[in-house]
Amino acid sequence: MHNTMVKNERLALWRKNFSGFWSIYSQNRMGLIGLAILIFFTLMALFGPLLVSITTLSIDGVTKVLHPPTSGFWLGTDDLGKDILAGVIIGSRVSLLVGVAATAISMIIGTVVGIVSGFYGRTADALLMRITDVFLVIPWLPLMLVMAALLGPSLGNIIFVIGITSWAGTARIIRSQTLSIKERPYIERARAIGSGDSHLMFYHILPNVFPLIFANTVLVAAVAILSETTLSFLGMGDPTRITWGVMLHFAFSMGAVSHGAWWWLLPPGICVVLVVLSFTFIGYALDEVLNPKLRRRDQ
Amino acid sequence: MKLLEVENLTTYYKLKEGYVRACEKISLQLGQGEALGLVGESASGKTTAALSLVKLLPDNARVMAGKISIEGRDISRAMEDELRRIRWKEIAIIFQGAMNALNPVRRVGDQIVEALRIHEQMTDKEAYLRTAKLFDQVEIDPSRTKEYPHEFSGGMRQRVMIAMAIACNPKIVIGDEPTTALDVMVQAQVLQLLEKLRRESRMGMILITHDLSVVGETCDRVAVMYAGQIVESGPTEKVFENPAHPYTRALIAAFPNIEGQRHLAQSIPGNPPNLLSLPPGCRFHERCAEVFGPCSTEEPQPVELSVGHTALCHLLRGGVSA
Repeated sequence: MHNTMVKNERLALWRKNFSGFWSIYSQNRMGLIGLAILIFFTLMALFGPLLVSITTLSIDGVTKVLHPPTSGFWLGTDDLGKDILAGVIIGSRVSLLVGVAATAISMIIGTVVGIVSGFYGRTADALLMRITDVFLVIPWLPLMLVMAALLGPSLGNIIFVIGITSWAGTARIIRSQTLSIKERPYIERARAIGSGDSHLMFYHILPNVFPLIFANTVLVAAVAILSETTLSFLGMGDPTRITWGVMLHFAFSMGAVSHGAWWWLLPPGICVVLVVLSFTFIGYALDEVLNPKLRRRDQ
Repeated sequence: MKLLEVENLTTYYKLKEGYVRACEKISLQLGQGEALGLVGESASGKTTAALSLVKLLPDNARVMAGKISIEGRDISRAMEDELRRIRWKEIAIIFQGAMNALNPVRRVGDQIVEALRIHEQMTDKEAYLRTAKLFDQVEIDPSRTKEYPHEFSGGMRQRVMIAMAIACNPKIVIGDEPTTALDVMVQAQVLQLLEKLRRESRMGMILITHDLSVVGETCDRVAVMYAGQIVESGPTEKVFENPAHPYTRALIAAFPNIEGQRHLAQSIPGNPPNLLSLPPGCRFHERCAEVFGPCSTEEPQPVELSVGHTALCHLLRGGVSA
């Protein structure tokens, strides 16, 4: 009974904290715009496929090839007569999925490496940070291309490759914050009550670096989506799935530019830009909310 | 058998330039229910001495020698695993500056539950009930266990720290300047609370402070530290009424008296010696008003003046009488 009481109180507290957070966040126009765009694309990814009929994407239904936007095909068709609008809607799924999954991998690696490295210092730190340096220094695009080429084009591999190449910056930031936090008196106090290392790292330090993880997640997500598009555009994507990057790849290789088929190139491109922009906006807004120094007093 | 016996505890800090001799041949005894005051200037090694007991020291600290026993059991060779069990269960610490000793993102109740869960076989529910009881003991409304540290005032946070310190019924509590940064009224409350708890549970207490009046009010015995050594120790009244070491005398003279004539407190000229390169002889001789022959060449040996009252000074060994 006591436990459920504690849980209810926790829930109430979260609700209180969230409404406090929202009252600041909602003052931020950039953040609201970003959030609106992201919600739009998330809904599109979740429910959009229910609205487009799959036949518009199959080659059998060919009626018009490379047709400019009409009332039947709002965004026109590609060289095989597939509906661009349907492609854009279906493509949002993979783009967002890759963005979320690759970000999760990147954040987990970055956070664990950062905290462990900062907490233990010495040899562990030196070793982990040299590995981080390698990932920071190697140009990520060639590395990603090589890895994607070696592992083969599948969705899982794309997620893995993006996740594994984008954690280094996060690890650096988390490490530096851990270095500062582990010297705080409450860590000494926690050690004095008999806490072990893992308890210190994940019960005491992790919640204190959370704001950083949070703000970083959003920025890494933007990069991850862009990376997926880049890989797919360069032909390293999973050719069996429609993504914005794959659409751009075919538009480019099939000569959409020389045909003047702007309706084929622009929609997926604009979608990528909008999603990346939304993450960046949210990132800046979160930074402002979570960093009291940037918060304006009059709000 | 004493509750805590420390013999010749020596802790150095290793720097590039050499060893900082922060704590040299410290010997202490603490009986059940007894309070010992550890006084001295800043950087005289008080905290190092106390934290050496449970090896809660920075990475560059080395405990060079010494024997520490709790109720006759030697813990000076204890490994990290055993130390973790000893910490809080046997020796708990009230930290300097409670403002920062609580994790700002965890609720205060949870932080006490944390200590209980590490050391006691308890369910969550029992731990929360015990925490509420502890809050009651330190005179805070138990409903406030769910609040965050920033919702408490300085004095209350210090009381939370005390509640945390007594959570596992430790045998010894080390108060590392528990009342520094609190105003006098709150300070009195906190000290009274500590006094009450000490009487109730018969725990031994080591009170680290630079405030002699706090020691006078609460401690049975006092040990005066200077430059890493205990220069004088004994029952509080004896030491305060009959200070044997010139440093103790100077320290007492440096403390302003609220009654009597108004005069500026007497400061001690000079600075404490550099612990990296100590002067030969007595560590205090450069600042001592009563310096003579052997002071600058020979290290003084402890002299027992009466039962339990010892001092580290050449003056007491025949020589010129104090």
